[in-house]
Amino acid sequence: MSNIDLSRFHRAFFDESLEGLEAMEAALLRLDVGQADAETINLIFRSAHSIKGGAGTFGFTAVAGFTHLLETLLERMRSGQRQVSQADVDLLLRSVDVTRAMLRAADGGDAADVDAVARLGAELEQALEMKPAAVAPVAAAAAAAGWKIRFLPKSDIFASGNDPLRILRELDRLGEARIACDSQSLPALADAAPETCYLSWTVELRSDCDEAAVRDVFAWVEDECELEILPLPADEGQGSKEAQPLIAGAVPQPHPSTEARGAEKPKLKLVEGGKEPTQERRSGDAGSIRVGTEKIDALINLVGELVITQAMLQQIAGNLDPVLNEKLLQGLSLLDRNTRMLQEAVMATRMLPVDAVFSRFPRMVRDLSAKLGKQIRLETVGEGTELDKGVIERIADPLTHLVRNSLDHGLENAVQRIAAGKDPTGTITLRAAHQGGHIVIEVADDGRGLDRERILAKAAERGIPVPANPVDADVWQLIFAPGFSTAEQVTDVSGRGVGMDVVKKNVQALSGQIEISTRPGQGTCVTIRLPLTLAILDGMSVRVGDDIFIVPLNCVVESLQPQAGQVRTLSAGARVVKVRNEYLPLAPLHELFRIRTDAPEPEAGILVLLESEGRKVAAQVDELVGQQQVVIKSLEANYRRVGGISGATILGDGRVALILDVAELVRGYARAAAA
Amino acid sequence: MTAPTPSIAETRPAAGPVDEIPNEFLTFTLGAEEYGVDILKVQEIRGYDTVTKVPNAPSFIKGVINLRGTIVPVVDLRLKFNLERAEYNEFTVMIILNVARRIVGVVVDGVSDVMQLTAEQIRPAPEFGGGINTKFITGIGALEQRMLILIDIERLMSSEDMALMDSAAVH
Repeated sequence: MSNIDLSRFHRAFFDESLEGLEAMEAALLRLDVGQADAETINLIFRSAHSIKGGAGTFGFTAVAGFTHLLETLLERMRSGQRQVSQADVDLLLRSVDVTRAMLRAADGGDAADVDAVARLGAELEQALEMKPAAVAPVAAAAAAAGWKIRFLPKSDIFASGNDPLRILRELDRLGEARIACDSQSLPALADAAPETCYLSWTVELRSDCDEAAVRDVFAWVEDECELEILPLPADEGQGSKEAQPLIAGAVPQPHPSTEARGAEKPKLKLVEGGKEPTQERRSGDAGSIRVGTEKIDALINLVGELVITQAMLQQIAGNLDPVLNEKLLQGLSLLDRNTRMLQEAVMATRMLPVDAVFSRFPRMVRDLSAKLGKQIRLETVGEGTELDKGVIERIADPLTHLVRNSLDHGLENAVQRIAAGKDPTGTITLRAAHQGGHIVIEVADDGRGLDRERILAKAAERGIPVPANPVDADVWQLIFAPGFSTAEQVTDVSGRGVGMDVVKKNVQALSGQIEISTRPGQGTCVTIRLPLTLAILDGMSVRVGDDIFIVPLNCVVESLQPQAGQVRTLSAGARVVKVRNEYLPLAPLHELFRIRTDAPEPEAGILVLLESEGRKVAAQVDELVGQQQVVIKSLEANYRRVGGISGATILGDGRVALILDVAELVRGYARAAAA
Repeated sequence: MTAPTPSIAETRPAAGPVDEIPNEFLTFTLGAEEYGVDILKVQEIRGYDTVTKVPNAPSFIKGVINLRGTIVPVVDLRLKFNLERAEYNEFTVMIILNVARRIVGVVVDGVSDVMQLTAEQIRPAPEFGGGINTKFITGIGALEQRMLILIDIERLMSSEDMALMDSAAVH
């Protein structure tokens, strides 16, 4: 096998192992201490087991060794020999971290943090030696003479490349093995298929090894056999001499110890060699394939081009005689429909449930609340809400900041909460929902809320400019100013003052918006509104002079032709439009963008009322051209950010049109009004 | 969505150290002068077609074009170099450059040819009195009667006064 081949398998191993660790982590957090659910423990065990197996195969011995300890501990829990305690869960969670670090280190070709591994390994070993008080009765036998193993391989075990003989030899290595072969189902030689296994074995293993060590031997055949492992009572182990020591299964044993088996039956606990889990895993594999994002992006780009070409054809076809070209036009309208469906389908491949981000928070909240000495519960709502993978990746950090902020600054500790007459356990709620063409993500806590006076005082101290007579909304905006932090002391959880301005920048970079609402003593809610996808936009095309601009349709409230007297001048350069009972600032686009137009007066043009962040402006354009879906292209990839413009797109005729940044436009007027 | 990277950018050999003067140049004319740029920075040559104006951009930035689905800014080097004549006629061409991992189009009066220069043919750039554009001249190529002004196009395009990139992206 060449190096390239191996490293390709490594990739899959790392990906799967990291996923396994995530599953372990999630399951550990779910685990109810005291009444551990067997299925959950099984799931954790299986993850650890597959990582160990993979690590062993690829020669990551450190990982394999460490996960072996982990697996041993889990095995005790799985078999009921050990009650799951909170300390165990903590230990396992830390082990997950260490394993992850080791895998990352191995992936990057770096050396792992040997100290941390050794430390935790020692802790695990210590935990394994500790005999908890509430030990299940079986555990007493575990210390006994050894193990009685029933090994019934499936008939096609050879097909998977496994050899029962090898397993029996390994068992023998663990201690003194008395192996009895059951050849009852062995057919006559003429009928026997050479590649079928007809034999099963009963092994009495006299050894001081633990059950996990025995189970390990069967690790590779778990799915291909029925396996029973029972502790061997000290007396029976000595007494049952009828089982002949047979290393190889080649010699048939005509009379297996039937009465012994009959006597054992009631006590036998059937462990179905991991049959269920395998099915579960397989169904997961069959339902999805791993595809590199660059492939999907290339596909999306191509479909974007197709949509543009299609729009171009449609435009040309508009000039054709509909009677003479009926068939062509029919075909084109079919193409139109198919293109749109294709586009939607391709876009859907990039959509992921927001759970991909939310799932990292239970762990964070658990760890940090312990560190901060607070009782905190995390609730998530709408984890299934889907949004673009690109958005998900870039929203993770801002959300992390917000959750940390809530944990550290927002929520009080239990004493303070009780004093305030609240539930001692604070709640952080993460909520995601679709709203029109947006996804709205809320990070809400029921903590102390923002403190207006403290924020103002801190802003003055830090020299952050504060508008005169600020309303609450203005005050809350101050926490997004660079270098602002209200924590009384800087902790390692948050409070370095780099958080909120970065959060705002990141959200704005995604053409999203961020708002804060808060009530003293009742909590704070930060709302982030993001576009569902960064790639497609429903737009209205408008003409200003000779140029076409695209206005995002979700910002358009209405459009109207102003009557004489509807537009009033407040002062030089500041005009307002009276629409019903509202006075809205007038934004003449030709002035803002310095475009020559033949009709500079508002009465000669069209006003498009735009809304963003709860504020409205009336944008003056020359003409409404049409509505269309546009593929958003980045201006910044090859050029730079342009004020008032959020991106560009390509029109049906191949020309570029710029997309209006409504949020920025509205903010500009809001600032002008505040000044 | 990210624009597809042009394949040329991937296939071209890695550029040498910055101060090493390349020896193959694409030559073009701006007014009466002939200029040369490193051929490896050139992606393609196109005729001039309609650009979409960018609001509030400096006058030498003509706007943006659609280059097979990618939005590419277009600079009129004649305006940038303060040449008097900047007419658009059928000979006006755009050189599409690949600089600093970006694609930029520049408008020039015409493209002449590709020339190989030996080290002896390249003279050091004369010292001018601090003119803003002279710092991008890497040397003068002397070829019989012709004189080529060799420009470090990558540095020129990424310079702050070209206003082609956000200041954070300027190297």
